Amino acid sequence: MAVTRIEQKFADLKKQDRSALITFTTAGDPDYDTALGILRGLPAAGADIIELGMPFSDPMADGPAIQAASIRALDAGMTAVKTLQMVRDFRTQDQTTPIILMGYYNPIYIYGTDRFLNDALEAGVDGLIIVDLPPEEDQELAIPAKAQGMACIHLATPTTDQARLGQILENASGFLYYVSIAGVTGTAEPDLGPVKVAVDMIRQQTNLPVAVGFGIKTPENVRAFAEIADAVVVGSAIVNIIAANIDQEGLANPALGSRVLDFVGTLAQAVRS
Amino acid sequence: MTKNTYRAGPDSDGRFGIFGGRFVSETLMPLILDLEKAYQASKTDPDFQAEFDYLLAEFVGRPSPLYLAERLTEHLGGAKIYFKREELNHTGAHKINNCIGQILLARRMGKTRIIAETGAGQHGVATATVCARFGMKCVIYMGEKDIERQKPNVFRMKLLGADVVPVTCGSQSLKDAMNEAMRDWVANVDDTFYIIGTAAGPHPYPELVRDFQSIIGTETRTQIMEKEGRLPDSLVACVGGGSNAIGLFHPFLDDDIAMYGVEAAGYGIDTDKHAASLTGGRPGVLHGNRTYLLMDDDGQITEAHSISAGLDYPGIGPEHSWLHEIKRVTYVPITDKEALSAFQLCCEYEGIIPALESAHAIAYVIKLAPTLPKDHIMVMNLSGRGDKDIFTVATALGTEI
Repeated sequence: MAVTRIEQKFADLKKQDRSALITFTTAGDPDYDTALGILRGLPAAGADIIELGMPFSDPMADGPAIQAASIRALDAGMTAVKTLQMVRDFRTQDQTTPIILMGYYNPIYIYGTDRFLNDALEAGVDGLIIVDLPPEEDQELAIPAKAQGMACIHLATPTTDQARLGQILENASGFLYYVSIAGVTGTAEPDLGPVKVAVDMIRQQTNLPVAVGFGIKTPENVRAFAEIADAVVVGSAIVNIIAANIDQEGLANPALGSRVLDFVGTLAQAVRS
Repeated sequence: MTKNTYRAGPDSDGRFGIFGGRFVSETLMPLILDLEKAYQASKTDPDFQAEFDYLLAEFVGRPSPLYLAERLTEHLGGAKIYFKREELNHTGAHKINNCIGQILLARRMGKTRIIAETGAGQHGVATATVCARFGMKCVIYMGEKDIERQKPNVFRMKLLGADVVPVTCGSQSLKDAMNEAMRDWVANVDDTFYIIGTAAGPHPYPELVRDFQSIIGTETRTQIMEKEGRLPDSLVACVGGGSNAIGLFHPFLDDDIAMYGVEAAGYGIDTDKHAASLTGGRPGVLHGNRTYLLMDDDGQITEAHSISAGLDYPGIGPEHSWLHEIKRVTYVPITDKEALSAFQLCCEYEGIIPALESAHAIAYVIKLAPTLPKDHIMVMNLSGRGDKDIFTVATALGTEI
């Protein structure tokens, strides 16, 4: 089987002896063109892997920042079809940076799971993180995804014990995402100690790379967590910059894109130092 | 081989046919597995059952009467109509039955903090009540729009010691309150128990809420046998999430009895302002279960509308979705307008002010009963009392209080 973009990326980073920076932005936030501009600038700004949020009306696992991003994107007319189009547009210029779609199951279920997997692969999506599909529901998406060659990134959390970890890993692919806090995105700051214990436990049971995310906001956080994980995810802190650079009508400040990418640059420095 | 039954669900994956399931984040998954274990153990624990029965009798005031609605029967000139008087329960609705069951589970699991979502405020009041009774901390999530239209219940919850948190995101009603409660739960996994108010959510909630509410149907069965010497011919109940309906229906599912679940059609199901998820929605995944939901073509959940805050939810419990698809229960829509005139008729003919939720069931009784013979026995669940709704009704009737 050919090496996937995700595998290739982690192999390259291993040679550079550093962890990956994974950035999260919501597709279509605050509008399609601005979001695509950010997406296209992310690899040069230093993002190694891109998580692209699929907006959903009821983002139950997200804190206020990403909830608001979802609403902005939906208000601007974003849909699952347009999210895939955005990935297609990105792929015309970048064939190597992995793109992971992150979201909730209902829009995929309504799109039609098989059709969605097919269209997403064709668009150039490398993996999916669907937060409301625990391993108990793997037959819904994870198993068909794996069969079609789409990575299905599973989550482990502070409430996951060893026995569940085995169950989670059974159909996991791409990498494993360790949720560093019990809570929603962009709220409490995680403590390094317990996260390291959890990541070490995960490493004993799998060779998949381990990413850590939820509550990681600053270059200092990124530097610290990059020491213990193969990848560090920053979401809400980036999304907050978008929120701070739109006017009351939701229109983007002309400097929005560069401000987001400058911030990503500081995070990228942190994984490289 | 066991005999064919409609009462065996859910299966071990929490499914009723394709509906139900456990669509929650991994953080919550170990908690709902613990809950399932605790619930299964409670079912065979005589002490648990005895305490549940004791509280229903002495604290809630059960059994609730099965009352012959004589004047309404006469006025409609058809079927003989009985009301199951759940509105006479402590706190004024059926919601308390489930809250008693769940708080006993919470205590059994060593939890000390309770969270809940509420729409009309009936479930919030019932939850705050059991929290006060058991000395537990109580946080109620309620949409800002609902706080505005259900002020008396908000004040009741506060009197009972609950912290009522306004939810300002989305449509500011029940679905958003449920989102916010789930966010709280995920951040407070160690000490917190989530008392879901309806027969929906991730497995095992639809099952355990149904079982706690089945006291309604079980009592009805005994009472109708005493009064009529036979089972009823039809059952009618309103359906938002569907806990009062499933509580009445479930003990009768294997009997030859027609059942009608009444959905809130708001301004009409041909408008975009209704809450009839079975009549106007399609299967999708939200709040931990697969069920019928109101949504757009992209799978974004749309806002429901009903004059009744308790029915103002874009989904329905998964067992109802299944009963709908296998055609065991007939689900029918009733508009705001029809519910309002049924509300008035019930006041005038029976001396009972019904909840706007229950008024939807009455409205269907008004349509159906005249078409049936006089020996047809119909039982309708009068699930809640309407004191909380008088401001809404006054506004709708153009009256100032």
